[in-house]
Amino acid sequence: MAATNGPAFEQPASFAFDADSEAELATIVARYPAGKQASAVIPALYIVQKQMKRDTGSAWVPLKGMDAVGARLGMPPIRVYEVATFYFMFNMKPIGKFHLQVCTTTPCWLRGSDAVTAACQHATGIKNFGETSADGIFTMTEVECLGACVNAPILQVDDDFYEDMDAGKVEALLAALRRGERPPAGSMTGRQTSAPEGGPTTLLFAPEA
Amino acid sequence: MLHDKDRIFTNLYGQHDPFLKGARSRGDWDNTAAILSRGRDAIIQEMKDSGLRGRGGAGFPTGLKWSFMPKQSDRPCYLVVNGDESEPGTCKDRDILRHDPHKLIEGCLVAGFAMGACAAYIYVRGEFYDEIVALQHAVDEAYEAGLIGKNACGSGYDYDVFVHRGAGAYICGEETALIESLEGKKGMPRMKPPFPAGVGLYGCPSTVNNVESIAVAPTILRRGAAWFTSLGRPNNAGQKLFCISGHVNKPCNVEEELGIPLRELIERYAGGVRGGWDNLLAVIPGGASVPLMPKATCDDILMDFDSLRAVRSGLGTAAVIVMDKSTDVIKAIARLSKFYMHESCGQCTPCREGTGWMWRVMTRMVEGRATSDEIDTLEAVTRQVEGHTICALGDAAAWPIQGLIRHFRPVMEERIAAYRKKPMPMAAE
Repeated sequence: MAATNGPAFEQPASFAFDADSEAELATIVARYPAGKQASAVIPALYIVQKQMKRDTGSAWVPLKGMDAVGARLGMPPIRVYEVATFYFMFNMKPIGKFHLQVCTTTPCWLRGSDAVTAACQHATGIKNFGETSADGIFTMTEVECLGACVNAPILQVDDDFYEDMDAGKVEALLAALRRGERPPAGSMTGRQTSAPEGGPTTLLFAPEA
Repeated sequence: MLHDKDRIFTNLYGQHDPFLKGARSRGDWDNTAAILSRGRDAIIQEMKDSGLRGRGGAGFPTGLKWSFMPKQSDRPCYLVVNGDESEPGTCKDRDILRHDPHKLIEGCLVAGFAMGACAAYIYVRGEFYDEIVALQHAVDEAYEAGLIGKNACGSGYDYDVFVHRGAGAYICGEETALIESLEGKKGMPRMKPPFPAGVGLYGCPSTVNNVESIAVAPTILRRGAAWFTSLGRPNNAGQKLFCISGHVNKPCNVEEELGIPLRELIERYAGGVRGGWDNLLAVIPGGASVPLMPKATCDDILMDFDSLRAVRSGLGTAAVIVMDKSTDVIKAIARLSKFYMHESCGQCTPCREGTGWMWRVMTRMVEGRATSDEIDTLEAVTRQVEGHTICALGDAAAWPIQGLIRHFRPVMEERIAAYRKKPMPMAAE
């Protein structure tokens, strides 16, 4: 769960799954055996968060959304609240239009995540992790290891990993986001995924057909 | 040194089509029915003979683990695949999920068949959004082609594969926490026994395996246990994905034989240590939870389970985190302490309280704002957390600090001495 301190915010009075959400929910619930639909609670919370993003521009999970999940999956509301607050990826309060998630764990830190954080702060005016910029466009969160360590440091924007970052690349990326552009995710130095800079040194011939 | 012809993950970097057509051209799904027709016992025996040890960190023999599943069961049995890759430094399963998903799905079928499972749940960490999309696409393709689902591969065996997305909790990489999470609860580890093979997912017999362990199984079964054991070293058979991060010139993932010298791994594949080998300070060889090794150990250490165990570290996930001499090694380990504090599920008191306490003391150690006997206290507290919790997160939080004290105590002492030399502001009385 992201930080819960900060300015007060309003909980919506109601929440109902829209048609897109209903379709997604049906696919997901079908993956689990009969009577075990509580397994779908995490995917269902994602659906709520995504629908909030569609409806309000901010990806978060309101109380009424959790209640809707509980009602649908036959779970007491408290069980849903427990899950929503235990896992880090559900935002318990509104966030900005773009969610900047800076990995600062040791492998990213060794490769300069402090500079990534500083560049995010400089470009958005945000002072501390967990805060949203005054214009409501960016929220900056500190995250733990994102699991892309050979492409460190990583800045995750919403669901996209921007890899091999440095201060200049952060500034350019955030400026592009402000302009309404969405640069392709992946390595910002242009290297092939997790291969070494300059190209692979193994797997040099095409696999046998 | 591993040759390309012996590499299993031939699309590691995603240079080729990751999906069914490309996967088939790389040999995946090639007469899978023939593998299944060997029968459960023969498959498990071949896996045992291959000596494959689990690739998720603990190194438990995979074939043996499969053999713990009941031969007959009136309840459904499940294979649960652990793709909650979150151990700092580790990013190998990510490449399998996005670039070679069919190796994993085919592995799910042969492993699930061998243990009598009716379905596999692949639990992938929530942050791997694109990887989940790729994997789900591959699963859909496999259903469409009749490779899984009813009468999988024409074998007469019905088998489902489902993808489940987690939501950002390191602890869910612990097998019983993963099962709890998959059941729709907080990811809090369960007491063992009972072990998952008896009481696992939904109370049914289950086996939890790492993505890489499952993804290598079809190739082992095709090429044979003898081929696999011809790679690596005795009791440390085969190949492995290594992730080389930190202060190297060219961080990368690479597949190599177990037992490759660490120095060769770094210099051949990752462009060497920044500033040259002599600029090396220390290496964490297997993901954040294993103790670091000072340069002297790194000079000639081999990268396998037993060699690293012998120097009181571990292969873990084979995530090599390199630190050069510019590193504030106390700060590097303190950041890991913060990680474990953040990720403790809070269930066991020694871990819930201990990880926070250790992090707070480590923060003072970074400044030097401590006394040298507090180093002994810190070490003593790590011993009180280690081994006193339901799962291994407590151990994982303790070991990096123990490694730091074992190898870098003089640096900690120096830091304390330097802090003491600083002029102190006079306290107002």
